[in-house]
Amino acid sequence: FRTVEPLEYYRRFLKENCRPDGRELGEFRATTVNIGKFSLFFFSGSITTADGSALVKLGNTTVICGVKAELAAPAADSANKGYIVPNVELPSLCSERFRSGPPGEEAQAASQFIADVIENSQMIVKEDLCIANGKLAWVLYCDIICLDYDGNLLDASVFALLAALKNVQLPSVVINEETGLSEVDLKQKTPLIIRKHPVATSFAIFDDTLLIVDPTAEEEDLATGTVTIVTDEEGRLCSVHKPGGSPLTGAKLQDCITRAITRHKEIKKLIDKVIKSITPE
Amino acid sequence: PVTPPWLSPGDTSVLAGLYGPAEAKLSKELPDRAALEVLLRPKVGLPGVLERSREQQLRQTCEAVVLGVLHPRTAITLVLQVLSDAGSLLSCCLNAACMGLLDAGLPLCSLFCGVTCALGPDGAITLDPTARQEQEARAVLTFAIDSSERKVLMSTTKGSCSVEEMQQCLAAAQRAADTIFQFYRDSLQRRYSK
Repeated sequence: FRTVEPLEYYRRFLKENCRPDGRELGEFRATTVNIGKFSLFFFSGSITTADGSALVKLGNTTVICGVKAELAAPAADSANKGYIVPNVELPSLCSERFRSGPPGEEAQAASQFIADVIENSQMIVKEDLCIANGKLAWVLYCDIICLDYDGNLLDASVFALLAALKNVQLPSVVINEETGLSEVDLKQKTPLIIRKHPVATSFAIFDDTLLIVDPTAEEEDLATGTVTIVTDEEGRLCSVHKPGGSPLTGAKLQDCITRAITRHKEIKKLIDKVIKSITPE
Repeated sequence: PVTPPWLSPGDTSVLAGLYGPAEAKLSKELPDRAALEVLLRPKVGLPGVLERSREQQLRQTCEAVVLGVLHPRTAITLVLQVLSDAGSLLSCCLNAACMGLLDAGLPLCSLFCGVTCALGPDGAITLDPTARQEQEARAVLTFAIDSSERKVLMSTTKGSCSVEEMQQCLAAAQRAADTIFQFYRDSLQRRYSK
């Protein structure tokens, strides 16, 4: 029945206010995060060659983020700003819906979304990345790769990015006055200054009325629309991303925002706990 | 049929061309509904990641209103060409897209319109901001409002704002939507009364 009439199968569960995997409509999947350079378990490894990395699992959806810092000259019109370049990749190994080749629309839209979240929330101020005005600045390449796609990519990506950036340690760079070259001191490291902590919460709209939190891939396919709300710790909205789909009233949107603010507190606690546990390294 | 309506609030203008329902390529056709495709071409340069993201938003907004089930296994293509950009570009694209759908005579369950709100540093709300106002604003929110119940079809934000401010902008956008729908009615009346 599930493969022949998926929508009817789902409707039966929704009438009882629950979902096939046993969750309630407002329940999130189990979230785990792994930060840092050393991998003790083979399946939860993080990247040792990156300057900062994190692995996030939201139920089955697995997203890994690696941040690499490189040096570059700042642009002519913004001499005191560095660069942050996010890139979301959905390789064909994560799901059968993605083919190998140039990035598809979903990957590009996700990359744009992440870039917007970084910009809107001001989690990293580009002026902080500048080393020498007009001459040298940091470029942070954030590569977000999905290893297993089971819905709710945007939430997992934002969380992975946040966790990875908290893990980044930038070596100190000094410009030698005589030679004009930069000297990188790998022994002296300072963590990246992160001003805000944005957290994304995604909802799927079903049949124009029901709102489901944290949709799986199957639910996303059957849904008639999606909404993603990004909030920061002050309860300010960094992004209300609703790319089309069923119309929502202002009141429903408000309901989503309230739930997003609650979710933010949970995620923040989780991140703080994990950071504390790896600090002694 | 090629239909070229265009919209220009202020100096922003976008040309919309709609083709369809036409035969779809085997790889793209859907068995139960029409496959909608949106192509957004910027004024200069090749389409990049930003255009792809806008295309996805426009496509899903159009999919919500077009009654695709009446034309299964066909393709509807909407091509938007940006002629000039002086602010409020996304809402201009939304309006052009809706007029294109209307002009082509596609079956729709409701109309939609795009409204952009800019939140100034002092909290003042400006509708349909110019490029300069957008840059100076603390936050820029774009909504697609539908015509039947004034609900939100699509929403994008740039910059951050508080929840109350967002609700205020949404209310202002819903009021402004009335003016835009009246404009649709007037221009269609003019077109078909000739």
